[in-house]
Amino acid sequence: MIKTVSTAALPVTENLIIQKNRVENNAGGKRVCIVTGTHGDELEGQYVCARLAKLLSDEKRKLSGTVDIYPALNPLGIDSIIRGFPMFNLDMNRIFPGSSSGSLAEAAAHDIISDIEGADMCVDIHSSNIFLREIPQVRISEQTEKELLPYALKLNADLVWIHAAATVLESTLAHTLNARGVKTLVVEMGVGMRITSDYCEQLLTGILNLLRELGVWSGEAGEARNPVISKDRSVGFVNSDAAGIFIPKTVHGSYVKSGEVIGSVLDPLTGVVVEDALSPCDGLLFTLREYPVVFGGSLLARIMGVERDG
Amino acid sequence: MVKSVIYSIKSPYRQSMDIVGYTFGDGENPEKSCCIIGALRGTEIQQMAICAQLVDALKRLETKGCIAKNKSVTVIPCANYYSMNIGKRLWTMDNTDINRMFPGYDSGETTQRIADGLFKGIKDYVYGIQMTSFYLEGEFLPHAKIMEIEDPKVTGKGIGENLADFGLPYGLIRKPRPYDTATLNYNWQIWGCRAFSLFTTYTERIGAKSAQTAANAVLRFLIANGILNHSLHKGSHTRVLNEDEIRHVHTRGAGIIKKRVSVGDEVGEGDLLCEIMHPLEGNIIDRIISPIDGTVFFSYDKQLVMERTDIFKIIPFGL
Repeated sequence: MIKTVSTAALPVTENLIIQKNRVENNAGGKRVCIVTGTHGDELEGQYVCARLAKLLSDEKRKLSGTVDIYPALNPLGIDSIIRGFPMFNLDMNRIFPGSSSGSLAEAAAHDIISDIEGADMCVDIHSSNIFLREIPQVRISEQTEKELLPYALKLNADLVWIHAAATVLESTLAHTLNARGVKTLVVEMGVGMRITSDYCEQLLTGILNLLRELGVWSGEAGEARNPVISKDRSVGFVNSDAAGIFIPKTVHGSYVKSGEVIGSVLDPLTGVVVEDALSPCDGLLFTLREYPVVFGGSLLARIMGVERDG
Repeated sequence: MVKSVIYSIKSPYRQSMDIVGYTFGDGENPEKSCCIIGALRGTEIQQMAICAQLVDALKRLETKGCIAKNKSVTVIPCANYYSMNIGKRLWTMDNTDINRMFPGYDSGETTQRIADGLFKGIKDYVYGIQMTSFYLEGEFLPHAKIMEIEDPKVTGKGIGENLADFGLPYGLIRKPRPYDTATLNYNWQIWGCRAFSLFTTYTERIGAKSAQTAANAVLRFLIANGILNHSLHKGSHTRVLNEDEIRHVHTRGAGIIKKRVSVGDEVGEGDLLCEIMHPLEGNIIDRIISPIDGTVFFSYDKQLVMERTDIFKIIPFGL
């Protein structure tokens, strides 16, 4: 059942409408929310939501509870390939919990939180931006680790990244919901403006696993893989010091050795290699630059310090 | 005057971007008294122009020996001309905001490095003044603002103190929200610098009068704090208030705005502020009425308006 979460008039004729698809069987069961599309250039969640909505609707009898699917929290942004909230110069994921008396963007954020509040679990799906490619990973803060890690392990991700808290992140959807008692997992995967169908299928399996764990789904789910967990491991960042074009020399998601060349930065005018980007540690190459043009400081790769199994 | 490069960054296809500072005052190791920074975003043209005006004024004043002994002032008119030269507000490549990257990180992403390089050059000043713009496009009454940070190094002096030194009609105190914590001003204050934001009427165009008002406000501040020996009229009486005392007026409908009041106008409760016209049929679909007696402090300046847009901010009389 399609429901409107928030609506507001735009200047010329149309309305901004944020919608959700509620798939339900046994309304007294648990409620799980799958949200995505906060950033208009992140599309991986679109396919996950589409697949999940169809699958659950086709096999509703295997559902025991409610799954609310919100594919586009920032529909204007997705429709126009604008990362932020169009017309407001704002990152929508920095204005939660919003305000009912605030601007259109803040009121929309408020409506979204009000709609999700009271749910038992929420999965907030993000892609990377257009610059970086990420393996499927769940990100949770150190404060929520104890409560969320068991659920994160169900999501069939390759990595669970437990990160330090930062004040600036207190205005995210996930922080707001966790603070209000809705267990919320953030998933990050793929690359901006693209759909990586393998990753989407992997996460779909994970979401079905999570639903089974919560007693909301009795259908097939498949096995969740064992992810690398960042706890007590170092994360190596590789940033470019030079400007030029970045040509990767390694495969995303592979294991690299300390000192291994991940890629090179070339001067496009002369062809000279101005920098070889080296891995700072042995580990899993979980982030790799996708967009070739780089400045000094551009992130090229992230490596989770870990020995390869076996 | 000493012109120096505070931070420099290379691009693959452009000349390097050098963030230039102009420092006034002599003597051996003078106190780092005040740093004034203009554009961090590519659209902050008025903010850069005010700083340029200050550089010009301080050059003349320094020649006359007006910079106080053992004091120094640094002006950085523009920290993001890469974006300004191509008409973008945020960073050219990834649309990140330098003013959401402080205190920066020297091994981080490009804008984190710019913020780090800039911050290292300016963090140790006694006073910091940032010419800044608002995220919504509109006109403001010129005013100074300080964030209320629970840090004895900064607030021990009384948070509202110094706001009147600018001689502007209003001085605002803001309680920081989580997204403020990565701004220059917040981090300046955390570092022990008494930092102010100066909002002028415009951003993308230069209003000669408001630019002069802002430049004079800075000079007045320098005089009041013993950094500049010069005489200038005292400006306005400053009414200091908390930002949350300002009344926000939102639209209820969407369409074309027909304004009936401007920034600086005094309005009474029930006065018509603007009408919203149907964009295709021309009839008036809403009339926005002032909820209080007060002064129009901010006015949204686009022709088209969405529902729930913060279209006016009104400062109530008599607080």
